[in-house]
Amino acid sequence: MDTSRIAGSASVMQPGEGPIVIVGAGQSGLQVAESLRSEGYAGQILMVGDEPCPPYHRPPLSKAYLAGEASEAQLTIRAPEALTKKRIELIAGVGVQSIDRANTLLTLGDGRKLAYAGLALATGSRARPLPVPGAGLANVFALRTLADTRRIAAALETAQRVVVIGGGFIGLEFAAVAAKQGKTVTVLEAAERLMARVVAPPVSDFYAGLHGSHGVAIELGAQVSALVGKAGEQQDVVAAVRTTDGREFAADLVIVGIGILPNSELAEAAGLACERGIVVDACSRTSDPRIVASGDCTARRLADGSLLRLESVQNAVEQGKSAAAALLGTDRPFTAAPWFWSDQYEVKLQMVGLSAGYDTVVSRGAAEDHRFSVFYFRDERLIAIDSINQPQVHMTGRKLLDKGNSLSPAQAADPAFDLATAAV
Amino acid sequence: MVMVTYIEPNGSEQNIDVPEGWSLMQAAMSNGVDGIEAECGGSCACATCHCYVDEAWAARVPAAAENELAMLDNVAAERRPTSRLSCQIKATADLDGIVVRLPTSQS
Repeated sequence: MDTSRIAGSASVMQPGEGPIVIVGAGQSGLQVAESLRSEGYAGQILMVGDEPCPPYHRPPLSKAYLAGEASEAQLTIRAPEALTKKRIELIAGVGVQSIDRANTLLTLGDGRKLAYAGLALATGSRARPLPVPGAGLANVFALRTLADTRRIAAALETAQRVVVIGGGFIGLEFAAVAAKQGKTVTVLEAAERLMARVVAPPVSDFYAGLHGSHGVAIELGAQVSALVGKAGEQQDVVAAVRTTDGREFAADLVIVGIGILPNSELAEAAGLACERGIVVDACSRTSDPRIVASGDCTARRLADGSLLRLESVQNAVEQGKSAAAALLGTDRPFTAAPWFWSDQYEVKLQMVGLSAGYDTVVSRGAAEDHRFSVFYFRDERLIAIDSINQPQVHMTGRKLLDKGNSLSPAQAADPAFDLATAAV
Repeated sequence: MVMVTYIEPNGSEQNIDVPEGWSLMQAAMSNGVDGIEAECGGSCACATCHCYVDEAWAARVPAAAENELAMLDNVAAERRPTSRLSCQIKATADLDGIVVRLPTSQS
């Protein structure tokens, strides 16, 4: 085994060599392909995607697309002609069945074999299934792909009572769209507050109030025990959601938004190191020197040995750039502070940093004005900021955290303190 | 269709017929115009679809909202008086022939 490659010091690919195959034609797979080209790789690039369409923007699926403000064509990141121009070949609508690492060969779902000199796995993620009886009833949807959203949009036209299972980003964004369309919306959240895993109580409370003011019923501590079908001839269509405390919430459309699972099975079967995703280093290298991985399917090993899973566009893009660089023998570590956003009604939430493990929370601005930010500290050090309708605070916060700068909790709370001075 | 000319960072020009209602960002992305990243997909959350509207056209483009102005304060390349986020400019008949230049960097 060539261990120098594992150490990442030697180039895997030479310009002109190839082909490089990318499994997954989402945001991250496309980024790998385009970065390979922009970094001067002239060989063949093949992108294999199981969806029957060119790469598309996923964030608008739960927002503008469902609200009817953007068409499918407008979601396209690159049209087929634009891919052709960059000599990126897209094999769409076909999955990959297996990776033969010894012979550097892929087998596609339709039996085709593809040889690779370099391989990028950008297989994404799928919705976590709801483990209760009735989860397979008609009009019960996850919201993950364009195809999902197409079905949801169609069902939403006639639905009146919508139940959202899961008070996280996807569920709440969908709830906002449905409420604006005049639907009766109920959100069932198992935890005691919304988005509990990622935001502090002031942010959860603000969103509970925001949705409440738009007529959405928020049920906290609501554990779903079953989905119940219609009696009579339409047994297969959902009629209600039942909770463990015996309550029933009538529904003709149910959205399940309880998290995602990384698509790492292909990598696992090929013997790559996987743990909560395909394990990669900061440069998107897997345990095989010819294989990189990026985006939702990965778990990044940090310097302290822990694993970080990020589910975001930024992660898909940044890891995609790192993965392309790694294939070309360059280290391009992903070190930027993670950022994320969510649009609900006219409110934009922008988050930067990782708030897990905070010991102090400081608010700046007033929630009543729908303009405030929450600063998270651990041991007096700033680790994250959530901004509601304060893009300036968010963007300054990104600079601040990227530079590893901090400010004190007192400074964060003081509206007279100019954040930009801390970001310099 | 609205004709939009994009001048890429390397100086090359692309003339693209943009359907009305599309943003200048969407059309640039779909057609593979280099120099726009648009990480957030067009929701004014990332400031990586920065463009300079040609001076002759700047006054005809509807003014930027507060949110966009705040994001423009944070673009990677130099901010100029005609700087805009291309995701916030919708193609309308009024803008037929508009010229936008793309900065050398977006992030």
